[in-house]
Amino acid sequence: MRTLTLAGAVACLATGALAQEVVRLATEGAYPPYNFINDQGEVDGFERELGDALCARAGLTCEWVVNQWDSILPNLLGGNYDVIIAGMNITNERDALIDFTQPYMPPAPAGYAALSGDADIAGGTVSAQAGTVHAGHVADTGATLLEFATPEETVQAVRDGEADAVFATHDFLLPIVAASDGEMTIVGEPVIIGRGVGMGLRESDAELRDRFDTAIAAMKEDGSLNGLLAKWFPDNSPQF
Amino acid sequence: MLPACADPSTLEGLSWYLCYLTTGKHLSFYTSFGTVLLLLAVTAPAALALGFGGAMLARSRVPPLAWIGKGYVAIVRGVPDIAFFLFFVVALDQGFEYLRHRIMCADWDQPVRQGNDFVVCDIAKLPLNSSPQWMHEIYGFALAVLTFAIVFGAFAANVLYGAMRAVPRAQMETAEAYGMTHRQTFWRVLVPQMWVYALPGLSNLWMVLIKASPLLFLLGVEDIVYWARDLGGSKTPQFTDYPHGDWRMWYFLFLLVFYLAFTRVSEVVLDRLMRRLTHGQAIAGGEAQRKTAMVGPA
Repeated sequence: MRTLTLAGAVACLATGALAQEVVRLATEGAYPPYNFINDQGEVDGFERELGDALCARAGLTCEWVVNQWDSILPNLLGGNYDVIIAGMNITNERDALIDFTQPYMPPAPAGYAALSGDADIAGGTVSAQAGTVHAGHVADTGATLLEFATPEETVQAVRDGEADAVFATHDFLLPIVAASDGEMTIVGEPVIIGRGVGMGLRESDAELRDRFDTAIAAMKEDGSLNGLLAKWFPDNSPQF
Repeated sequence: MLPACADPSTLEGLSWYLCYLTTGKHLSFYTSFGTVLLLLAVTAPAALALGFGGAMLARSRVPPLAWIGKGYVAIVRGVPDIAFFLFFVVALDQGFEYLRHRIMCADWDQPVRQGNDFVVCDIAKLPLNSSPQWMHEIYGFALAVLTFAIVFGAFAANVLYGAMRAVPRAQMETAEAYGMTHRQTFWRVLVPQMWVYALPGLSNLWMVLIKASPLLFLLGVEDIVYWARDLGGSKTPQFTDYPHGDWRMWYFLFLLVFYLAFTRVSEVVLDRLMRRLTHGQAIAGGEAQRKTAMVGPA
């Protein structure tokens, strides 16, 4: 019996050290250019490239997992994956629940997009993705908030006339507005919200967080992070 | 990917659609139909087995066993499906991991619940963190099957319980008069005859099960609804070789046709099965069959 326990303990230690090297990264896969599923059915986008680069620097093997936005926090806490890298803004509410690395994106400008320039963004109906800082911002204005589970649906609501405007980051809205052939337009001035976008980890995973923190700091230092930001985001987006 | 699809921006008309419909993403969409069919193929017998067990327990003459059977049926039937689907998947997953944690890492000195986190030792994780993604997917699928089986098993138990009581008492008395034991009467007389009474209820359940399969998406399995929603969403040229507008309506229309065709085929098969089971039974349908057979084809 004793040898059995001992063998168990040894196995525990051995695989513990091994398993530590595989880290599962979760993303939403529906929020271009941050993350999306490409034509080949794989996770792609800014965060895919960034995540792979960070894992290579930290000496980790990373697996990508796609998880719906509305259950992305509980599934992290339940241990289904180890890291959220899904365009998640660092907020006090989320920080109370999980831990964040330092931001890998500066606070990004957000704004409204609508079918016409005179859409009523102050008192009309504005769509935003549920459980985001953007939905929170709309709720604080005089507008009626219309929430959707996916970013795609928030834009579609404007096209269908269900909402007067959609509120989201410019990074997400600008490519859509550009591709709409003048159908949609940006309304109002950009607003800076949030404290930047970071990777979310369990509070009990401090060691892993430090490793990603170091890797992000290194990428900021040598300019490779700015290079990635420039590649994936519009020209006037903020950089480090 | 077909070689002709190397540069999609030059394609037009039919060849564009041909290339578009054979992207890796679309192949995942087609594969997910297999996932749904597999789910049904595994869940239906599992639910039937659970239902049979539940019905036997509910009929038991030992009160505690009967309570378990009746409690199972009452609880699952009384709670909304969606609550069960969300509860079971989390509870089963954490339950399994907790059990493995207690057995495999007995000398672990930290609590399993740390604040909001559920933390078990690395080797107790199910599946292991180092397992390839397909193992995680199979595990998620297995949890889904188990959850579906538990929920639909309770309904099946109720149907079978009723069917067992519908077999004419005279049949059982005759068997007992021949000196069969309780067990023999059950297996040789009751069970073969009860299916005809159970089938209408079970076929209803099967139809509901087919229609409930999109709940897979809720359980984190990338099923046909997930892919239809993702593929149908409008795509900007920057992020795809095949930009298009909002096509969700067409994708969902395709799902609608798929489900209608599938339920139609099921109806035909179930009708045939009913005709077979009715044969020689002491019910109105069986009597009608007997009379037609006596008169013979005109």
